[in-house]
This record gives sequence, C-alpha cells and structure tokens, in this order.
Amino acid sequence: MSRPRHILPGFKLSLGFTITYLSLLVLFPLSMLVWKATSGGWEHMLATLTQARVIASLKLSFGTAFTAALVNGVFGLLTAWALERYNFPGRRLLDAMVDLPFALPTAVAGIALVTLYAPNGWIGAWLAQHDIKAAYAPLGITIALTFVGFPFVVRTLQPVIADLSMDVEEAAACLGANRWQTLTRIVFPALLPSMLAGMTLAFGRAVGEYGSVVFISGNLPFKTEIAPLLITMRLEEYDYSGAATIGVVMLAASFTILVLSNLLAQWSRKRTGR
Amino acid sequence: MAAIIDIAPTNASRPRKATSDSLVSRVLIIGTAVGFMGLMFVLPLVVIFQEAFRKGWEGFVEAFDDRATMHAIWLTLKVAAITVPLNTLFGLAAAWCVSRFQFRGKRLLTSLIELPLWVSPIIAGMVYVLLFGAQGLFGPALKEHGIKIIFALPGIVLSTIFVTFTFVARILAPQMEAQGQAEEEAAMTLGANGFQMFWRVTLPKIKWGLLYGIILCNARSMGEFGAVSVVSGHIRNKTNTVPLHIEVLYNEYQFVPAFAVASMLALLALVTLILKTLTTTRRGAA
Repeated sequence: MSRPRHILPGFKLSLGFTITYLSLLVLFPLSMLVWKATSGGWEHMLATLTQARVIASLKLSFGTAFTAALVNGVFGLLTAWALERYNFPGRRLLDAMVDLPFALPTAVAGIALVTLYAPNGWIGAWLAQHDIKAAYAPLGITIALTFVGFPFVVRTLQPVIADLSMDVEEAAACLGANRWQTLTRIVFPALLPSMLAGMTLAFGRAVGEYGSVVFISGNLPFKTEIAPLLITMRLEEYDYSGAATIGVVMLAASFTILVLSNLLAQWSRKRTGR
Repeated sequence: MAAIIDIAPTNASRPRKATSDSLVSRVLIIGTAVGFMGLMFVLPLVVIFQEAFRKGWEGFVEAFDDRATMHAIWLTLKVAAITVPLNTLFGLAAAWCVSRFQFRGKRLLTSLIELPLWVSPIIAGMVYVLLFGAQGLFGPALKEHGIKIIFALPGIVLSTIFVTFTFVARILAPQMEAQGQAEEEAAMTLGANGFQMFWRVTLPKIKWGLLYGIILCNARSMGEFGAVSVVSGHIRNKTNTVPLHIEVLYNEYQFVPAFAVASMLALLALVTLILKTLTTTRRGAA
C-alpha cells in the first residue's frame, strides 16, 4: 500500500507531541518501576513476593476487587437496563449520578463510607445488630471497591443496550418465546461480552484503588492491608525494590486488564454485529 | 417504526408490546437500581454534608478559618492550574492524531494513552519517587543542584498529571471520530491554514466535549489522593493538598473541619456531574 497523503495538517506535530509527552510522563517512569524491581535479580523478587504479608495483601486486593466486580456486574446490568429501557421519574438524575465515583475524590468517598459503615454509623449500627462487621473488615473494602467500579459496568453496557435491535426480540416473541426466554436466550447472550468487559474494567480500577479504601479498611497487616497500602509502607521504609516488586505485579495486572477488555470489546462487536 | 406485536393480554387492561417487560419486573428492576444507587451513592453524599454542618453554619465556616486549610486550598489550586492546561493540550493533540489519521501502531498508542487510568495511583506516585527521590535515579544529581521534586510542588504536579493524563483525550477522541473530518477538509481545500482550521472549524465542533474533559480533569486533579500522598511527604503548610489535609484532619478526630473541607470537593464533584449532563445533550447536537 502506498503511503496515504494527508489533507489535514498537524499529523507529525500532534503525533510527535503525543508520543513525547506519553513517553516522558508515563512510559519512562513506568519502565523505572520494572527496572527497580528486577535490579535485585529474580531471587530477590521471588523472596519479596513469597513473604506471607505480601501474599496476604495481594490476595486481599485481588479477592475483594473480584467480589466487587461481581456485585457490580449484577447491579450494573440492572441499572443500565433500567436507564436505557424504562422511563421513570428521576431517570436523568439517576443517569447523572452513575458518574459520581469518577468525580468524587477518593478520600472524600473514603471518609463518608467509613462514617456510614462504622459500628456507630447509620448502616454500621444496623449491621452490628446482626453481628456483621463492615468497617475495618474485608466487607468494608469490598463496599468501597464496589463504589469505585460501578460506573464502568453501567457505562460499558448502556450504549450496547441502546443499540440492541428490537427486531430480534420481536422475532423471538413471534416465534412463541415468552419474555423470560427472550431475555435469557436472546438479550443476555448479546450483552454478556460487554458486561464482562465492564466488570473487567471495574476490577482493574478496584484492584489499585487506595483513597476510598484506606479509611474503611483498618489497615491491619495480614488481615485488612491492601497491596497498594503495603507499597506505601515499603516506600516509607526505603525498601524501594520491595515496593517496586509489588508494584510490578499490579502493573502486570493493569496490562492484562487492558488487553482483556479490548478483546471483550471485539467479541461484543462480533456478537451484536456493530 | 418497528411493528408492534401484541401478545394476548391476560390480566392487563392494556396490551403491551412483546419487547417490553411486565409492570412487576419493571418496578423490581427500577427499584433495585434506585435502591442500590441510593445506598451506595446518595447516602455517602448526605453523610458528608450532614457531618459538615453538625455544628451548624458557624462550625462550617470556622473550619476554613485555619492557616493550614487555606494553604492546602491554595496549593491544590496551583497544582490544578499547571496540570489541567498541560493535559488539555496533550488531550487535543492525542485526539487529533488518533481520530484524523491512520497510521501503524495506532491501536497500541490508543491503549497506552488509556493505561494511566488502570494503573494504581500509588504506582503513579511511586514511579516519581524512584526517579527523583533521595535514592532514586536522578536523586543525587538533583541534590547536588539543590532541586527538590519529591516532597515538593513539582512531584505533586507530576503525579497528578499522570493520574489525570487520559481524561481529555478519552472524551475527545471518540467524539471527533464520530463527527468526521469533512468540514476540516473543506476548510483546508478552501485555503485556510492549519491554525484557522483548528480555531474556526474544529474547536467549535468539539467545544462541549472539550469543556467536559477539562472539568473532569480539573475535578480529578483537585481530588487526587493516592498518588499525591506518596510524593508529598505530608508537610503541613507546605505540601499538603486539600485531600491530604482532609486525611490529616480526619485522623486528628477533627471531624467537622474534615467534612467541611470534604464537602467543598463533593460540591465540585456535583457541579462536574451537572455540567456533564448539560454538555452531553449539547455534544450530541454538535
């Protein structure tokens, strides 16, 4: 293929600026992380990653983020469906509120959530009556991570639901399917890829979350210490390579999530024919 | 319009479309959505303002009559004033080259622009400590020349740029792609130079998306906590931004001032959401 000639100006300028800015501020700093983590050699990395405290924090971070993504998958699907398919008073308001976790600073969300879920808080007191501990326990972490991940599921699903062709649903109904059959066999399979994509993004956002979690988690080593917090501990002890090693694991997770969500988006386009 | 097929009405007085859900399931689904969001989103907001005004209006105002608080606000404004223009410029350049040109590695570039969104804020802060910290790569050289980046304003700005990197580009690129480039091409064919084309054709087309991108970038840069907390060193009256100051107040059990300051950021978030709603309808029309 011959090189296409551009009519519009600024290709070299905009691309050059984009790549320079990206490299200087993101890629080069991130490569430092990998370099620092590997500078001590594989054995050192392995020794860091097999410490019980590190394993416990990674397990906690990935586990709570996974649970939160599942919760968001269910409620995100229902919310996106309600927002796109039904008309009800307050729909626009609800739609606008979905983005709250994008706009609300994480520390503000953090102190609000811990105030609600602490044993003397509005919800915490009620939970305490039922012997459920939310704040300063993994449940509280999961709640905070559900909060930050929710918009990703809804915003990924909404355009797909809006574009879903009604014809197929009508055809299913014509052919004698009842509404439940249509939903579970026609609609849900079409939405599944984007639902998974949204859940992947929610998981990705949740796994590295810090601000909204540290207030509600209690930060007890081995129990409620998330991986990002352990990184800050290591940094404060000037254990840079230890911090970088945990960081590299989380960075690898970020890359995986990016690739996975792209693949899921492709699958979704294939299924819905967009 | 799609044909409307009536299923045999059973108990319902009005026949309903085959593609609509029954009243019961509609009420259940809407109820679940509203209940979930009320519990997860509205209640925390209510708590913030309720705690901020626990001691009435005077208690709220008193919270701002504090040197450390005012310093934190001033520092946060400075950080946003540097971060937002830089990331806006980057967002425009990135959206322009991604939406207007085909080139090899475009998908990779788009993915890499999105990457900072998925990197933990703690890592965003840590990478700059590894670069410019006392034991970092450039640490000794910086110390020799008496330049301070970590535990100072430049470090806070750098890590804030990292975490708010994606927003403007991410909002503009799909919008510009959808709008197409026929008008720009027409302008160029008619003899406009690049600057005229951008200023008179492109900018009016994207202004609402750009505005929302800037507002979101601003809200996030003023509210960033994790990344900044790694590089700032928490020096009162020096490197405490508003979110870090909220943490300090909260940990000192000064709940009313903590929530009073937090309520300002919550208000900023609400304004951001309102502007998003307003610009979305305009962006669709643009």
